[in-house]
Amino acid sequence: MPFPAGDTLLILPELFLTAAASFVLLWATFVSRPRERGLAFFSIGALAATGLLLFVSARMAGTLPRSAFGGMFAMDRFGLYFKGILLLVGIVTILFSLRFISVSPYPGGEYYGLILFSTVGMLFMASGTHLASIVVALELMALSQYVLAGYFKRETKSLEASAKYFVLGAFSSGVLIYGISLVYGAAGTLSLAGIATAFTTAKPPAFLVIGIIFVGCGMFFKIASAPFHVWAPDVYEGAPTPISAFFAVGPKLAAYAIFARIFFVGFGPRAGDWSAIIAASAALTMVVGNVGALMQTNVKRLLGYSSIGHAGYALLGLLAYGDASGIGLWSILVYLLAYAFMNLGAFGLVILLESKGYAGESVDDFNGLAAKNPWLAAAMLVFLLSLAGIPPTAGFVGKYFLFSAAMKAGWFWLSLLAVLMSAVSLFYYFRIARAMYLVEGEGTLHWREEPAVSAAIALCAAGTLAMGILPGPFVQFARTCLLPFGP
Amino acid sequence: MNPSMASYLPILYFAIMAAIIPVAGLAAMSLLRPSKPTPTKLAPYECGVASPTEAFDHRFSVRYYLIAVLFVVFDVETIFLFPWAVMYHRLKLFGLVEMLVFLAILVVGYVYAWRRGALSWA
Repeated sequence: MPFPAGDTLLILPELFLTAAASFVLLWATFVSRPRERGLAFFSIGALAATGLLLFVSARMAGTLPRSAFGGMFAMDRFGLYFKGILLLVGIVTILFSLRFISVSPYPGGEYYGLILFSTVGMLFMASGTHLASIVVALELMALSQYVLAGYFKRETKSLEASAKYFVLGAFSSGVLIYGISLVYGAAGTLSLAGIATAFTTAKPPAFLVIGIIFVGCGMFFKIASAPFHVWAPDVYEGAPTPISAFFAVGPKLAAYAIFARIFFVGFGPRAGDWSAIIAASAALTMVVGNVGALMQTNVKRLLGYSSIGHAGYALLGLLAYGDASGIGLWSILVYLLAYAFMNLGAFGLVILLESKGYAGESVDDFNGLAAKNPWLAAAMLVFLLSLAGIPPTAGFVGKYFLFSAAMKAGWFWLSLLAVLMSAVSLFYYFRIARAMYLVEGEGTLHWREEPAVSAAIALCAAGTLAMGILPGPFVQFARTCLLPFGP
Repeated sequence: MNPSMASYLPILYFAIMAAIIPVAGLAAMSLLRPSKPTPTKLAPYECGVASPTEAFDHRFSVRYYLIAVLFVVFDVETIFLFPWAVMYHRLKLFGLVEMLVFLAILVVGYVYAWRRGALSWA
């Protein structure tokens, strides 16, 4: 059954990026090591062009939302919002990687190709409206990432990260797909809209709850929320640092996109079944992430635990599903944008400091940074303030709306716990700030100035501050990108 | 029976047949064949590797996996080509274009593996 040609137009950006990724992979086999920079710039250009194509095809699609390929794929503002951020994350990751890869003993061609393929998977995730297309897109993203985690294949830590990520990722995909099979058994369809309709018109069988729990567990793994978070610090520590930055932001955002879509659209009518599970995971995640980060001396691990904590905060938004203003969803959207800026920026600093081997990963390596390079220290301070949720930064705006969404939904104790845990997080974020400003540096660390990384950090700092000082336009924009709740 | 469940009957039939054929084959063979066991004959066999019980303490070339993965790629290709060929008269031009896109993607992987030397057994 041929699909209308208009359907192909809707996935044109994704098709273009797939072709570009294949091209990078083939080009990589013809190019010599010193000329690999060309591949990186081509990849950045491809990501930017995909962004442009998104804009063009959204314009040509007319009134959104538009559904394509028999309900497999939807072009709507919710998906476009995520895709814009994801493309930006891809570009920043490649900027971070330029020097990192060229001084490493590993070839860069496949590296950039895999980042592009992974981004294709994430773009399809943001638009998936059918559990089958969501799972395929998720696997495309995840398989590329297992390889990227182990890209420094002669370093034990990198291999360990890859193996852990792969084994646990495959297991969680199994749990997710098993859950999906139960949901299919109950609803008789895999389309999210169809699932919602099936659950409103008829009383679903009891095993549906088990299916929803299993799907939820799969999601909890992908966003690294407790009790499925154990892999995150190890993977972030072992993976090449630009890839850790990518992992901490890209897949998490894409996973939140499918999480929100599956639970709001598909399981919307059964919200009573899942809200308690999400509340329990949110509470546990906030405690485990923030308390775990207290004991870390490696900055990559620390950011890993902190990103677990942040996944917990964002879950609060899902709990506010019922609010008619849609605050539950748009507070997540605002928060994830803030999260992307501040987390990428913080990882960027680690990349700049990381000169040789694992030097630059310890909190002590930040000692005296303010005296050596006040601009970098100031940028890091902005990211740390934002991660801790202190105004005037993006992190404050994000947390403010999330916590008030949870309050509006009646989860007082959870909002209280979230505020308490934010206070705990001050302690470990300020350990880095203290090292930069108050401790004398030994002067052992010599980083090479890298304009690409500095530019990416400046972009992230600008975004963090802009969202913090002028949140209005960002919030207004996010409010236009909502999903329908329930059928 | 519920009509939606009835549509799964062929799968049940398939599962039953899949169980009967090997069991019947093994049973028939054990009745017909002469029985002269030697230690080599009784050792478990896995293609390529000496034996699964010994594989864990022996080194073997990692290329074995590379070839296995390439084999899977073309195996899957064939699995998709057969139903496509059978239904070609109904899929027409649309099916042809879809299959060409699918093959083009596989060719990218093939050329990549070739260029990276996966096919030269050094």
